[in-house]
Amino acid sequence: MGALQSSPGQPEYVDLKEKTGFSFSQIRVLHKRFKLLSHNGETLKRDHFNSIPDLACNPIRSQIIEAFFDRRNFRQNGEGPVDEIHFEEFLMVMSHFKAPSPRMIEERESVRREKLRFIFNMHDTDNDGTITLEEYRHVIDELLSLSEALEKDTAKSIADAAMLEVASTSMGHMEPDEFYEGITFEHFLKLLKGFEIELKMNVHFSMMDTPTFCK
Amino acid sequence: MPARRDSHSPAGKSLPERGLLLLIVLVLLQGSVLPLGATSSPDTTRNVDNRQVKEEKYNYTKKAFPVLTLDYHHIQAPFEISLWILLASLMKLASSLSVACDTGAMTEHQPVAREDTALLTGQEAQVLQGPDGQRGTTWLDWLSVRTQLKGFHLIPRLSGIVPESCLLITVGLLVGGLIKLAGEDVPPVLDSRLFFLCLLPPIILDAGYFLPIRPFMENLGTILMFAVVGTLWNAFFIGGLLYAVCQIQPANPSILHKIELLPCLLFGSIISAVDPVAVLAVFEEIHINELLHILVFGESLLNDAVTVVLYHLFEEYSGAGTVTVLDCFLGIISFLVVSIGGVLVGVIYGLLAAFTSRFTSHVRVIEPLFVFVYAYMAYLSAEVFHLSGIMALIACGATMRPYVEANISHKSHTTVKYFLKMWSSVSETLIFIFLGVATVDGPHHWNWTFVTVTVLLCLVSRVIGVVGLTYVINKFRIVKLTTKDQFIIAYGGLRGAIAFSLGFLLDNKLFPMREMFLTAIITVVFFTVFVQGMTIQPLVELLAVKKKQEAKRTINEEIHTQFLDHLLTGIEDICGHYGHHHWKDKLNRFNKKYVKKCLIAGERSKEPQLIAFYHKMEFKQAIEMVESGGGFKMPSAMPSTVSMQNIQPKKPPPAKPAEKAEKAPSQLPKGREEEIRKILRSNLQRTRLRLRSYNRHTLVADPFEEGFDMNNYLTVPAAPPDSPTMCRARLSSGKDTDFKPAQQQKGNKTSPDPQSYRAKPESDSVPTIQVDLASPQSPDSVNVMDEFRRAGQQQRGGGRGEEDQGLMMRPHKTGEGADGKDPQKLTRCLSDPGPSADEEEDQPFLP
Repeated sequence: MGALQSSPGQPEYVDLKEKTGFSFSQIRVLHKRFKLLSHNGETLKRDHFNSIPDLACNPIRSQIIEAFFDRRNFRQNGEGPVDEIHFEEFLMVMSHFKAPSPRMIEERESVRREKLRFIFNMHDTDNDGTITLEEYRHVIDELLSLSEALEKDTAKSIADAAMLEVASTSMGHMEPDEFYEGITFEHFLKLLKGFEIELKMNVHFSMMDTPTFCK
Repeated sequence: MPARRDSHSPAGKSLPERGLLLLIVLVLLQGSVLPLGATSSPDTTRNVDNRQVKEEKYNYTKKAFPVLTLDYHHIQAPFEISLWILLASLMKLASSLSVACDTGAMTEHQPVAREDTALLTGQEAQVLQGPDGQRGTTWLDWLSVRTQLKGFHLIPRLSGIVPESCLLITVGLLVGGLIKLAGEDVPPVLDSRLFFLCLLPPIILDAGYFLPIRPFMENLGTILMFAVVGTLWNAFFIGGLLYAVCQIQPANPSILHKIELLPCLLFGSIISAVDPVAVLAVFEEIHINELLHILVFGESLLNDAVTVVLYHLFEEYSGAGTVTVLDCFLGIISFLVVSIGGVLVGVIYGLLAAFTSRFTSHVRVIEPLFVFVYAYMAYLSAEVFHLSGIMALIACGATMRPYVEANISHKSHTTVKYFLKMWSSVSETLIFIFLGVATVDGPHHWNWTFVTVTVLLCLVSRVIGVVGLTYVINKFRIVKLTTKDQFIIAYGGLRGAIAFSLGFLLDNKLFPMREMFLTAIITVVFFTVFVQGMTIQPLVELLAVKKKQEAKRTINEEIHTQFLDHLLTGIEDICGHYGHHHWKDKLNRFNKKYVKKCLIAGERSKEPQLIAFYHKMEFKQAIEMVESGGGFKMPSAMPSTVSMQNIQPKKPPPAKPAEKAEKAPSQLPKGREEEIRKILRSNLQRTRLRLRSYNRHTLVADPFEEGFDMNNYLTVPAAPPDSPTMCRARLSSGKDTDFKPAQQQKGNKTSPDPQSYRAKPESDSVPTIQVDLASPQSPDSVNVMDEFRRAGQQQRGGGRGEEDQGLMMRPHKTGEGADGKDPQKLTRCLSDPGPSADEEEDQPFLP
């Protein structure tokens, strides 16, 4: 990793390129940004993220930051939070926001799963494979946290309604004494079937190499 | 009941109607200034008539009082305009009937049309007998038109294949042909002033007001590219090559040789613009996916600025003959001024409209008028400076909509929507019919070479333009445009009446080849509308282009839309990349912080989008629940058995024991009912307390009279797919503090005797009370609340006490809901927030 920092030559990038699918120029730009954020350090900590001024007014800031420190998003079959991330992990997380290639239809399905998995993981904070009502309420709370003049109950009732919707679309019929544990990933996929996330959850990585954007 | 309706309808409904009347009168005045439909100017004939009358007076001093006189000229212009509009509406009815209904439904409706015909025939015969024998032939034509109309019903299969626009043009052709056969001058119906001042604005405003902002903004770059660069390319390619073709004509000296370059370019700029009216007419029918729709439609809207500038530029210099570099430079500046100026004018008027609507809470009845008048003013103001009126209208509509919608009442919103849809659809129909009539009428100069080359060049340049531009655009797009998309975009480039009107505007002296141009334009319009318009549907099927998803937006999708917005903004910020989401977020924040506070009255300004959506959905769901049977059955999408207790954690965290007790009642089948009641209670409670003395006898009684009608309304497939905002649940607006005094006032007045409200219709003339009628806190909905409360309380064996005794006709079986009439009543109460229960037109939009 030290080599990366000193001279961002091609050989180190080749490895990353294969893993993440980013192009060299994209990796270079992101690396520049990484160094800027980490103050030329090797790792990023939560504080680094917290000090990004633009992020301060994002209602779901804490969830976004947690996503960067979540092993599930590193594509390495790990789980649980970490304290600091290297550039490779940073790139891994970023790669979830890559645009799919337009050609393959089968690929689109897998891209879709992967992107939804990322969001699912953001909701599923305790990593038990389901989004419980509590977790979902938390999501809505965060989402509405910046709007003033809000009754506490509203967020809760929205979450309840949403959960009710999930339960009824995914379970269909339920006996009164049955209990819907929470949204599993399969249900989550079904839930957002009409939501073309593969077309939406994309960030332009290639257009940010203008020096002014990197300060 | 009649007493009540009599007392209410003038007060509650007349003002918008009066506004409409005023507008129609304006339109009619406009029409009478134009030489519309009149073979001889009505004024002169009227003078002649007057003189005759005078002479008669002098000659015969004593004459019996004319019991019945006939003075057709008196009403000629408005009468003919109304006839045109009637014809247009009937055609629309005919084609929609034959498209939408199966044979059974058709037989049901046909007598109505026939009756109409008979009625008209009677009128026409009356006119026929008058002294104005010359006009009589025209009425014969009308008669035959009506017979065609009947024929329309009988060929439903045809209209399944042929788009409505084609049918309408055909009708226009037939009407024009009949007029011509009758030996009359065809009225210059598609006069450019009439077209640009009366027919076009409603369509554009409708498009702008209901513009799907989100996809539009997300694809703005692509749309602008197609609209500006694409149109420029088309204009110069067509114009230039056309000029070349005209020159290489074999040695024989033909008329084509006389055409210079600039008129060719002018022609190119007229013919190159994609027409919003034609695109709308065709694309509404093929239900293509949102992206393609917004790309083609957006292009057709935004290319107006280019067309306007090019048109004026070439028209200006066609006389001079040369264009210098300076002129080109000025042209570019002019383009910027025209487009940005147009948008600016529109935005200013839009903000003004929004600001005005903030204070209209006391004059609910004229609220919709502000929307129309401000928008029309924007259009006219832009046209004064030859700015792009279309862009001004679009900008105005799109700007005012979110604020106006938050301010005006649910009813006013319905009115706005209906008026826009009505006007635009009548305009569209008239435009297509007029196009047909004008085709028959027009002085044609058919030149095979010119016409064929024009059509070919239009196709070729469109394809090249789209493919070339997509190549560039795809480098910047995240979601690339596929080959199929490109094909549809290229193929959807329909030309229409705007091109024709612009050609019509050309000066005959400056452009001796105007007639040839007009013929070529008409040919291209016909080619695109008929050939492309008819084949695009099968091609869409063949290519399996993704269709529009009609599914309702669920709350989860809304949540994730918001979530994703914030997530992407966050990621962009982390990347240090100020992209689309970053700026959108900034704009949203600015909007929320400053603009909304200025433009939206009350607490609504602070309401986040998600909550607004939730309230809307909640309201809709409540209605659906009630509709699907007394409140026990869930709406069809949701099985009844899943309820709150299914998702409620069995072992709740210790922090929230109280909540569990409240939310999970032990009665199992009543879970749903409990929930409905909860929703309604939370929404209506405050209003209920204030207005509980209102009597709902009228509401109970009305469905008996009109229940059948209402069912008809419900089954009419009138609801357009994109009307989520129609269902704005205003019930949650216990917050609209403006109304409280008025309501309390009324409450006090009526509290001793519920009947007194109707017994004293005079009180309606007091403005404050009238306002209250149209206000969102409808007294009617309160009664539903009461019913639910009562139902619940009856089940629990609880009585209601003194207030209940005043209500004589409350249904006793609401709770069990099996009685067929009860859901209907409830439906009506819920969905009709206003006091006049005879307005069921809200119905189709609510579910």
